[in-house]
Amino acid sequence: MQPRTLYDKLWDSHLVEAYEDGSALIYIDRHIAHEVTTPQAFEGLHLAGRKLWRTATTVAVSDHNVPTKDVHDVRDPVAKLQLETLARNCREHKITHFDVGDIRQGIVHVTGPEQGWSLPGMTIVCGDSHTATNGALGAWAFGIGTSEVEHVMATQCLVLRKAKNMRIEVNGRLPLGVTAKDLILAIIGRIGTAGATGHTMEYVGEAISALSMEERLTVCNMSIEAGGRAGLIAVDETTLRYIEGRPYAPKGALWTRAADAWRELRSDPGAAFDTTVIFDAASILPQITWGTSPEMVLPVTGNVPNPAQETDETRRIGLENALKYMALKPGTPLTDIAIDKVFIGSCTNSRIEDLRAAAAVIRGRQLAKNIKLALVVPGSGLIKRQAEQEGLDKIFQAAGFEWREPGCSMCLGMNPDQLEFGERCASTSNRNFEGRQGHGGRTHLVSPAMAAAAGIAGHFVDVRGF
Amino acid sequence: MDAFTTLTGVVVPIDRSNVDTDAIIPKQFLKSINRAGFGPNLFDEWRYLDKGAPDKPNDGRPVNPDFVLNQPRYRHAEILLARENFGCGSSREHAPWALVDFGIRAIIAPSFADIFYGNAAKNGLLLVTLSAAEVDQFFADCKATAGYQLTVDLAAQRVVSPNGESFSFEYSAGLKHRMLNGLDDIGITLQRAEVIRDYEIRRQVEAPWLFSDV
Ligand code: SF4
Repeated sequence: MQPRTLYDKLWDSHLVEAYEDGSALIYIDRHIAHEVTTPQAFEGLHLAGRKLWRTATTVAVSDHNVPTKDVHDVRDPVAKLQLETLARNCREHKITHFDVGDIRQGIVHVTGPEQGWSLPGMTIVCGDSHTATNGALGAWAFGIGTSEVEHVMATQCLVLRKAKNMRIEVNGRLPLGVTAKDLILAIIGRIGTAGATGHTMEYVGEAISALSMEERLTVCNMSIEAGGRAGLIAVDETTLRYIEGRPYAPKGALWTRAADAWRELRSDPGAAFDTTVIFDAASILPQITWGTSPEMVLPVTGNVPNPAQETDETRRIGLENALKYMALKPGTPLTDIAIDKVFIGSCTNSRIEDLRAAAAVIRGRQLAKNIKLALVVPGSGLIKRQAEQEGLDKIFQAAGFEWREPGCSMCLGMNPDQLEFGERCASTSNRNFEGRQGHGGRTHLVSPAMAAAAGIAGHFVDVRGF
Repeated sequence: MDAFTTLTGVVVPIDRSNVDTDAIIPKQFLKSINRAGFGPNLFDEWRYLDKGAPDKPNDGRPVNPDFVLNQPRYRHAEILLARENFGCGSSREHAPWALVDFGIRAIIAPSFADIFYGNAAKNGLLLVTLSAAEVDQFFADCKATAGYQLTVDLAAQRVVSPNGESFSFEYSAGLKHRMLNGLDDIGITLQRAEVIRDYEIRRQVEAPWLFSDV
């Protein structure tokens, strides 16, 4: 047999049937639902009089609209109706649902791996582009639209075309103070936000193998910001150790069988990739985005770029628009940029290791005077509890940070946590699009340690040696 | 979904690359549990100078005169002209819903983001990929000519300019069939129910842990 990539293997094992025009019917093992992208899909099922094909493959959690001060105090009636609609749909169809107030509730892409809803070798979908996060477990996980959600619920399948294979090889080791977030931002900076369009990315190399499971989840999470619908990392002992004992993971003899099968989930030596990009981990520095697209990113030692030096006209206009929106002058050192708010959270960076990294930076220090608000929003109720057991909440609160309830929060501000017009934020989330964190808000994407350090200093600083 | 065959319509040029779905329909509108009604808030943050809300009427809001969609000549546009990587970012299907609700039926660009591409096709919104040079030409012509129109012919897979020049584009046969006939995807897949069940029986032997339903 031809050597196959990990993606080839996942495609083959889920192929129900192939069609002449190059599309194929692909079987879906897991569908994870949240409140925002499912109501119209359930409505579609009702209208057509259809049922779920295999109810137990769908699980649900509320996250996007959940307030983080008092989870039950949903003041926005439109948001409230959406949350209630998910709860009602799950009750009607007997779908497992972690609603607000359940300690297992959290951000959909945090809850999936944490609960063992997401397992190696699975096809995993959710009406949310950051579903790619789950690819860190050696699963083929990707975001879908609402019509596709309805299609999966009704048929357990999707009609797809095979993507190309892209290999992101990261050699060497990341230097001290440089995190998985910096690595993925550097990758996006190099290949661009459309760099992996049409591809499934696989991250390989010494630096990737050395990452913890949580760090791998951070890397795969932002595959979509590089244009990749899915990002994969091969299964190894780190993966298996992470999964064993999770509530929904197989147990006993089934565990042994599954683990044996999962060990095969890696690309064969000599498997062909359409595109390969090679990185040297040792040369990566802490990263900061300065613009309105994740590819507008530079090392902390850099300066805001000058559009006048850009020869391509569309790109130059893009740079000018970004600098105008971000209110930045060309040539300004990134470490001179003062911030108003800090957000530590989101499906990119809200797991326990992220909170520990941020807490380590701020321990015994105080937020700078110019910081109006600094939020820490754990990725799930279970993470929040663990952090409290470790005393992290006290460290954050002593420094002036607010310790909140789990949810998407200021990653996109569908709940009350938002930037005000013109405010500038050091954020551990994944998107710095215009208005993403609030109308007129200005987002700089960084790692948890960099966000924490910026909160203490009042402006960006190089966390190495801070 | 509505079938798409041939369309001749006014073209609106959005001269930016990487237009993301957050810009196409901002998050506060995603709270709706309906499919319809997003058109008035398409590109809300670019069309208006203040912040829109789902329960706030648009009448009387300060309009951004610089944004193309606000110029009277584009008010009834049905074809949108865009740059690279249109529709990147969030998977929200509200983006094609908003475009279609506004009246856009086709988008011409050098490239589109993957998820957006699939979502658009599911809603009868035709995405036409042409070369950067061809798109560039359309931008120039469109800006120079008030009421500039193009014809998009899906059956023949080509775009025809007012002077009769024709540009062919690629489109998958399966999608084309569905678009031309306005077919229901789920109905088509359910016709394959037996094949799906056969797969499940095979797979259950190989990977039983995927079927120990919790
Ligand atoms: S945390 Fe942000 S990116 Fe992640 S699922 Fe929530 S809104 Fe989406």
